[in-house]
Amino acid sequence: MAGSTLASPIANAAAGGRAKHVTPTQEAWRRFRRHKLAVASAVILLTMIVMVVFGPMVWTVSINDIDFTARLQGPSLAHPMGTDDLGQDLLARMLYGGRISLAVGLAAMVVAIVVGVVIGAIAGISRGSVDAGLMWLTDLFLALPQLPLLLLVIYLFRDSLKEIAGPEVGLFILIVAVIGGFRWMPVARLVRAQFFSLREKEFVEAARALGASTPRQVVRHILPNSLGPVIVAGTIDVAAAIIAESTLSFLGLGFPPDIPTWGRMLLDAKDYLDIAPHWALFPGGAIFLAVLTINFIGDGLRDALDPRRVL
Amino acid sequence: MTEPLLRVNNLVKNFSVKGGILSREVDKVHAVDGVSFELAAGETLGLVGESGCGKSTTGRCILRLIEPTSGEIWFEGRNTVELGSSELRALCRDMQIIFQDPYASLNPRMTVGAIIGEALTIHKLAKTRAEYEDRIVELLETVGLTAGHMRRYPHEFSGGQRQRIGIARALAVSPKLIVCDEPVSALDVSIQAQVVNLLQDLQEKFSLTYIFIAHDLSVVQHISTRVAVMYLGRIVEIAPADELYTRPLHPYTEALLSAVPIPDPTVKRQRIMLKGDVPSPIRPPTGCHFHTRCPIRQLPLCSTEKPQLKQSSDGHWVSCHLRG
Repeated sequence: MAGSTLASPIANAAAGGRAKHVTPTQEAWRRFRRHKLAVASAVILLTMIVMVVFGPMVWTVSINDIDFTARLQGPSLAHPMGTDDLGQDLLARMLYGGRISLAVGLAAMVVAIVVGVVIGAIAGISRGSVDAGLMWLTDLFLALPQLPLLLLVIYLFRDSLKEIAGPEVGLFILIVAVIGGFRWMPVARLVRAQFFSLREKEFVEAARALGASTPRQVVRHILPNSLGPVIVAGTIDVAAAIIAESTLSFLGLGFPPDIPTWGRMLLDAKDYLDIAPHWALFPGGAIFLAVLTINFIGDGLRDALDPRRVL
Repeated sequence: MTEPLLRVNNLVKNFSVKGGILSREVDKVHAVDGVSFELAAGETLGLVGESGCGKSTTGRCILRLIEPTSGEIWFEGRNTVELGSSELRALCRDMQIIFQDPYASLNPRMTVGAIIGEALTIHKLAKTRAEYEDRIVELLETVGLTAGHMRRYPHEFSGGQRQRIGIARALAVSPKLIVCDEPVSALDVSIQAQVVNLLQDLQEKFSLTYIFIAHDLSVVQHISTRVAVMYLGRIVEIAPADELYTRPLHPYTEALLSAVPIPDPTVKRQRIMLKGDVPSPIRPPTGCHFHTRCPIRQLPLCSTEKPQLKQSSDGHWVSCHLRG
């Protein structure tokens, strides 16, 4: 073959210089570690998760012990986070409530993203009436007054789910489904818009020319390139879900009042803001920290998963 | 003449323009308007013309990346327009495409190895992992890259190298026909020569047949055995490359050739300047599409009668009432 067809020797030398084998996962991990804020956030979030999962085993104070001699106390050795208006230990309630709040937030995000990606992807890849129908459905969900509908859904299904799965698990499933089920629309629209621009790209056409089936084009070519904004939208959803859960609790439709969650505690504390600010500060701080760290992790993930960014 | 590898018969592609509240079809873009040609194995057909004249649409219709509105495309004795989806997938092993923009044609989230190997996975061309990797390395080396490039991502490469990756991807299925859709238009001139030479070497090595779409006439002359000139969705002239460049018949071809720059400032030449712009393909002119700008037109003949492709000399076809 003619010598002129060889690529430049510089490029070959560069290739030889870093020929060591790196899998895409290793590469993504290396890139994620470059994002200092994301790494710090991951550490903080993991610590929080470990604390709420194992904390109640270490700090064995009961969440329901009422002690009127120790009402609204500030942080002390006996009660590191103080007490509420019934003299219940706030640390114990924070640890227990964190389990529910974080689980609801993450699970609702997963529901919203899965539903949103599936609906957005189907709408984005199929033209014509399927797309129109699904977008009509999305608009419908966006236009519906959500609170009355939430009330209705929970009233209708609370008791039957409680019977099937037990009071706590049943309620958890219901709340996650309801919150996730009302937050998928922005994700669906985002994914659909991404699909519209990506499916006309030449690399998708090249895959089609190679005989790739439509599912293969979607899974291998279109979806991976459309996930960046979805990850960021998803992390914002976690925050919104934690707050939505506290709204439900406030309306008496979330978990029962004897089960503490961060949102519930925050709402209970609002009447005592001037005499016992610690009561609101701890759950508020926890929600803030969880939301912030998840957002930074989302940021880091988006950058790590995009090989075009030089990191 | 034996049965050609590819025979395109009266290919038509209209894109509908939708408008109004009920999104009815209000207009049609006549992108390809009755194109016919034949292509023998081992040949290179250059397809030239201005932007928007239907070159790329023709190429994509042949691969069925765009569904033609009507017409026949015979490939190895089968009309590909009538093939079902599974037969169409098998057809992908015989026909491939190389794209113009080497930045848009490679998936940024896949490694070069995965991009080239995808065809092997789809068509189950490699039985073991080792065989799969060996084939990818072989393809990389065929196009002048190295095995070390396999695990890198497209953005780490230059334009010319990316175009080589695109070529390797097309070669993975060992095709017979490759549609090169302006493969060098987006590259530097020095890199263009490398890629064109590579394409010629590959043609010799794997006895490939090319449809080479371009608007750079000198590149087309260099690589093509025959050249077809398109104007507003129709082929106006088709002839062996040297014949077309030395003895153009159609007035549009003449004008096109006179616009090719000559790399010698002392040579003076009569430029043929065409008046006006290319008419809209939504409402192409009646009769001969070129009559609105033609310097030698004779009205009313040219504006009423559609000229047919006629053979003027051996293999030289022209579609003009007044020439040939």
